[in-house]
Amino acid sequence: MSAPLSDFPGGLKLPGHKKRSTQGPIRKTPLSKQLVLPLQQHIGAAAVPIVDVGEKVLKGQRIARAEGHVSVCLHAPSSGVITAIGDHAIPHPSGLSAPCITIETDGEDQWVERQQIADFRQHSAHELRQIIRDAGIVGLGGAGFPSFIKLNPGVHHTVETLLINGAECEPYITCDDMLMRERAEGILDGVEIMLFALRAARCILAIEDNKPEAIAAMRFALSARTHLTQTEIVVVPTRYPTGGEKQLIQVVTGKQVPTNKLPIDIGIVCHNPGTAYAVGRAILHGEPLISRVVTVTGTDVTHAGNFETLFGTPIKDLLEFCETRRQPDEPFIQGGPMMGYSLAGDDLPITKTANCILVGVDDVAPPAQPLPCIRCGDCADVCPASLLPQQLYWYSRAKDFDQTRDYNLFDCIECGCCDYVCPSKIPLVSYFRFAKTEIMNQERERHKSDLARERHESRLARLEREQQEKEERQRQRKAALAASKAAKAKEEESTKTSESADSVTEEKA
Amino acid sequence: MLTAIIAITLLALILGLVLGFASIRFKVEGDPIVDQIDKILPQTQCGQCSFAGCRPYAEAIAAGEVDINRCPPGGETTIQALADLLDVEPKPLDEECGVEKPKMLAVIDEDRCIGCTLCIQACPVDAILGAAKHMHTVIADECTGCELCVEPCPVDCIDMVETQPNPHTWRWPDPSHVDLQRRTGS
Repeated sequence: MSAPLSDFPGGLKLPGHKKRSTQGPIRKTPLSKQLVLPLQQHIGAAAVPIVDVGEKVLKGQRIARAEGHVSVCLHAPSSGVITAIGDHAIPHPSGLSAPCITIETDGEDQWVERQQIADFRQHSAHELRQIIRDAGIVGLGGAGFPSFIKLNPGVHHTVETLLINGAECEPYITCDDMLMRERAEGILDGVEIMLFALRAARCILAIEDNKPEAIAAMRFALSARTHLTQTEIVVVPTRYPTGGEKQLIQVVTGKQVPTNKLPIDIGIVCHNPGTAYAVGRAILHGEPLISRVVTVTGTDVTHAGNFETLFGTPIKDLLEFCETRRQPDEPFIQGGPMMGYSLAGDDLPITKTANCILVGVDDVAPPAQPLPCIRCGDCADVCPASLLPQQLYWYSRAKDFDQTRDYNLFDCIECGCCDYVCPSKIPLVSYFRFAKTEIMNQERERHKSDLARERHESRLARLEREQQEKEERQRQRKAALAASKAAKAKEEESTKTSESADSVTEEKA
Repeated sequence: MLTAIIAITLLALILGLVLGFASIRFKVEGDPIVDQIDKILPQTQCGQCSFAGCRPYAEAIAAGEVDINRCPPGGETTIQALADLLDVEPKPLDEECGVEKPKMLAVIDEDRCIGCTLCIQACPVDAILGAAKHMHTVIADECTGCELCVEPCPVDCIDMVETQPNPHTWRWPDPSHVDLQRRTGS
């Protein structure tokens, strides 16, 4: 190990509950009859469909193109026929619908022609990023940010460290753990490509010490690749939320990412092992991102485990495959018990950001009526971002959003540590999420009203200009009229004078 | 005595010159308070306040001619913000001007539109597209929901619909309200 590990403030030691889903290998979820693919499964602009209803598509065929810079493509996870393009319920805390493409699978699972690249070093970093974008790859850790952007150091930055975040600190979730155990080679393939694209000096693979099997598997795979001298595996202590990007950077490098800055500003880029694996598959095997490993676990799941699941697979089918004691339409959690959100509805699909489906949580306290805040300060002690949650709570509750911003609300990573320790059971994170979306809405409204003002002012200016032009035309017409009248009068006069002159000459004659 | 008078006079002259220079050098264009008030107003340009747009209303408020509670689209939040800015007591919305409504969007029934251009002329923010005897349509992103286009339409083909949240614009509910609902429900 090169440098001693550092530490981040706060955090919690939580019971892991990870054994339940790591008893067996990763299994494939059976092919569902219908796959529903939301056009937006990533941060940025939604993809735009390039297929029509009734069209036959092959597995891996592109069905929607990226729109704008921050966007990625979408692919058919299996062969079949497009049956619908339209609104469908999506796994979102709002319970709202969004545009989706629905595919009726034909069961043949027939691949489209794949373009494999044997030696990616023959290609430029730009070409590789383009392939990664076309393959629809987004961060599989949960946020879903388009990966090709995070593989572009740009002209202003040099990337010193590529950090692969294998901490997976949240209880119950084990999809990265299992992936590292079983597909360490594939992950390293991706890491090599990422290092090449970023021109990074070194790579650190950080894994929490509660995953000895994953650490051993990754070490073994790495020892076989003697040319990867700049890559090392760093074992970090198990503590929630070590897997938070900024927290892990602090633990591994001792550096803090400043407020409103990105890791790349301090020369670090952080990716999830699942993303690295997907990058390897896309470049070396020509496979776009059409599936992911999903952990299905919880007290109500009979056969908990990790499942390689095609995107669009109804969560209901996945839960049926694992056998749960869940009643139809009973809510479940997508994500972990700390940061996940409750979803209800049976026809929600698995998307690119679905890392875990949790049905039933151990020793959960019954929902209690929140009591008044007693200002104990426990929340501030556990906050990994060194915020003052009780102050943020008071201001969010009073809708004093300017104050919440002054107290750095947007540095909150919604890890839920403050909720966990609050003796009054105040849903602090719910208040912070509420305040964040309210502030973002205010910003949107302000932006819109600025645009409206601009349009109104330019309209007034235009009307005035038109009025002036009209007056100008009228004036010109009047002037022309007057001029022609004058000319006529002059002409008449001159004819008169000439006539009179004529008469004079005649008289003279 | 004389030196004192001269000293004071000189001082007064110098300071006067400095002030005079400053007032020319640092002259503020327009009335900043009007800009500040205008920034708070929602820019729907609907005229429900009886002024021809948000800016004239802002000017009237700045001049102290009218109350701050005449903006129905802005509602309580705008009144509160204006009260904070001008350091006056907030008042309930003037019922004469209208009532606070959820955000609306004008939608043209394109089958019924005859292409008369009257709505285009009425729209204060140029959010309607179309030409004479051709179908018109509303640019949804630019529409402020002012309802000024509804009245002039001779075939009554413009409807005001409530804007629906999408996953992008959706907001987390206020937890204190959720608690309240749970309490009143149980």
